[in-house]
Amino acid sequence: MTTRVGVVTFPGTNCEQDVAWAVKVLGGEPQLLWHADPTVGSADAVVLAGGFAHGDYLRTGAIARFSPVMDAVADFARAGGPVVGICNGFQILCEAGLLAGALQKNAGLKFRCQTVDLRVETTSTVLTRRARPGQILRIPINHFEGNFVCDEPTLKGLRENDQVVLRYVDNPNGSLDDIAGICNDGRNVVGLMPHPERASEAILGSADGAVLLGSLL
Amino acid sequence: MSSYEARIEVGHRPGILDPQGGVIERALPALGYGNVSHVRVGKSIRLVVDAADEASARAEVEEMCRKLLANPVIEDYTIELMETL
Repeated sequence: MTTRVGVVTFPGTNCEQDVAWAVKVLGGEPQLLWHADPTVGSADAVVLAGGFAHGDYLRTGAIARFSPVMDAVADFARAGGPVVGICNGFQILCEAGLLAGALQKNAGLKFRCQTVDLRVETTSTVLTRRARPGQILRIPINHFEGNFVCDEPTLKGLRENDQVVLRYVDNPNGSLDDIAGICNDGRNVVGLMPHPERASEAILGSADGAVLLGSLL
Repeated sequence: MSSYEARIEVGHRPGILDPQGGVIERALPALGYGNVSHVRVGKSIRLVVDAADEASARAEVEEMCRKLLANPVIEDYTIELMETL
């Protein structure tokens, strides 16, 4: 059966078509979800795409977490449904409390738009189950606020429970412990700053993101 | 019912890196201010709230801070209230 992937779109989201395209190329069935939708429909998996939801006013994701669809996403996640937040989507999942920590302005206040090397730290998540442990993936980043922060006990918990999913090989933004992506306790909610949809076909310069999005299908 | 102006300052929690503060702290010595340290950058939010008394106004603004205006994971806040005429 074809996996239906709901792609959540807020006012200001701008990567939903790229995610939908990548899902389709990889054999899934994308379904766009609007922020005002009260449900996630018949989706088997949900992706919160990148962009600038609600203009990123106040803080990234601060307003988006109150959109009606987020209650449905939280229910879906609690029931064990796969939920992935990419870039702005990661920031929204943190603000919503579905993932630990927060993402703040990059160290040195540099906007980072480049392809980076990522190391797969765990394969027991919905986004990395088709990857190899330690595998290096070349995937683009494109953000000003990707600097992951949390307090010491939270970081200890993330490490001990194997919840650090991806690390930067060469830290581009000052992220604590080189963290590029994390998951929740249940391992079904994953957030990452890099954009796997922009590395899902060879013509884009790298197809390494396909192993991540393909894990959802 | 009275009106209260709230002046809310949101800043980084102690121990959380403040990238903007860091950049400013490195820029000031270039202008000759070598005697500056502990630069922190935050947000100032002002609003007027109608409430029965100062205590309930404060309680409501506290709640706004916890729910929306600050992210307790990385930020803390202070609230100043003034009755407006």
